[in-house]
Amino acid sequence: MMTASPATDAAIVKLEDVHLSFGQTQVLKGIDLTINKGDAVSIIGPSGSGKSTILRCINALVTPQSGKITVAGTRVDQLTKESERIQLRKRVGIVFQQYNLFPHLTVLDNIVLAPTRILGADKTATVKLARELLEKVRLSEKADAYPGQLSGGQQQRVAIARALAMKPELVLFDEVTSALDPETVGEVLWVIRDLIRDGMTSILVTHEMRFAEEISDTVVFTENGRIVDHGSPQQIFHSTENPRIRQFVGGLSGGGRGAVRDGEGI
Amino acid sequence: MSMAVTQTPKKSSRVLRYIGFVAMPLLVVVWSLIDLSLGKELVEWIPYLASGFSMNILITICAVTLGTTAGVVLGLMQLAPFWFVRLPAQIYVQIFRNAPALVLIFATTYIFPFEIVMFGNYLPFPDWVKAVIGLAILSSAYIAEITRGAVLSIPTTQWEATKGLGFSRLQALRFVILPQCVRRSLPPWMNVASSMAMGTSLASLVGVHELMHAATDASTAVRRLDFTIIAYVVVMAAFFTLCYPIARLTRRLEQRFNAG
Ligand SMILES: Nc1ncnc2c1ncn2[C@@H]1O[C@H](COP(=O)(O)OP(=O)(O)O)[C@@H](O)[C@H]1O
Ligand SMILES: [Mg+2]
Repeated sequence: MMTASPATDAAIVKLEDVHLSFGQTQVLKGIDLTINKGDAVSIIGPSGSGKSTILRCINALVTPQSGKITVAGTRVDQLTKESERIQLRKRVGIVFQQYNLFPHLTVLDNIVLAPTRILGADKTATVKLARELLEKVRLSEKADAYPGQLSGGQQQRVAIARALAMKPELVLFDEVTSALDPETVGEVLWVIRDLIRDGMTSILVTHEMRFAEEISDTVVFTENGRIVDHGSPQQIFHSTENPRIRQFVGGLSGGGRGAVRDGEGI
Repeated sequence: MSMAVTQTPKKSSRVLRYIGFVAMPLLVVVWSLIDLSLGKELVEWIPYLASGFSMNILITICAVTLGTTAGVVLGLMQLAPFWFVRLPAQIYVQIFRNAPALVLIFATTYIFPFEIVMFGNYLPFPDWVKAVIGLAILSSAYIAEITRGAVLSIPTTQWEATKGLGFSRLQALRFVILPQCVRRSLPPWMNVASSMAMGTSLASLVGVHELMHAATDASTAVRRLDFTIIAYVVVMAAFFTLCYPIARLTRRLEQRFNAG
């Protein structure tokens, strides 16, 4: 539906007519979304339009009232027990705007905790993996530091490494650069770009328009609980007819924060 | 301003340490040397007082250990998602948190039998154990509140992070939330442990042979006002040395957890 690819079984995430309300407030009003394995999809749209809620549906942090959600072969909407939802969350990584590292643990222990305690992975192998991931996010020398000693950008890169240590099948990024100082945004985007180049299926909610344009296979525009339009970055950012999207995209990338900091100075 | 605030407790603890470890022992020694007959009485009674004091140490350690264990469990129960777990814990805590220590010690002493039957054997149920239970009930209620407060003080984003990584609620508590609670709970925990140490003296009122009881025995036997005074100075110094290690231990632990 979203790409020319005929193989629907390549879809790793599929949302069909998903409706969700919190009490009286309708937050999602019929979301259809298909994401293929290895794709990078950016979700953009005004604040409060339901972007985070879409991500939270995908890893079963919230359950919609109706609609089908299939993630990596699992019918998420049909999971009834918390233990089943936990099984799903082990396979879907999520990184939040507030990096939420565990302040009482070193950087290395932050990464090692979940795989060893939750997945029961071998400790030595996990430490080795954690060091490789730290190298990947360019923080090898911070392995023994505590989160409080790191900058926001560094903490967010550790949070990404922590999610990757679970060896997830896809990773959800929810505005991971929104809380950062402008100088440190670039270093985090660098890490995500590398990850996408390595073929990790990624769904990003982001306000970094230039970055979204550069790395996405598909861009999705949400407004008021609906997907207003989706397509290639070229379509959404340059040739859309929709005045709302034009206004939104123009308004954001016109500002000083739109530019991708290409990681110079890392 | 903030300097003054941080210095005050340090200064007062130095004064306390001075009184406890220097002034009171010095008073006892000098007085005993000036009046050697008093010194002789005191030396004779010291072993008896010491045996009483060992009972205070024993009751404190048992009551605080039991109370802490039960209190942490009760505190977590108060936060459970199921009302049938939450409610009993809430009722227990509300009742016992407001009970005076002396009432609890009297209650446990006179409610429990003096021996219990287990597998056909009669096991004695000594009074000091009943005092332990009384104080453990009280401290468990306090520590339940401390635990509950500490868990609630952890930002919800920490729970969110664990959820995203596939932790169950209990795993999140065990590996992420409770370790962060330990440091926050140490200062109030110390207060509870110290009041329990002080509270052990109440056990004398139900006939447990502890330091207060021993000092009363001694002063009744000797029948000298100066001896009575000096004996109770010894008692005060002893209670001070019982609380001091608790404070030191807490500070040491706090520093260790401060690394984070
Ligand atoms: N747990 C919740 N309870 C009630 N309302 C919520 C909750 N989470 C989100 N909402 C509401 O749902 C709407 C969409 O939220 P969200 O998905 O976070 O939007 P976005 O990420 O696009 O800013 C908002 O109006 C928000 O107030
Ligand atoms: Mg959001």
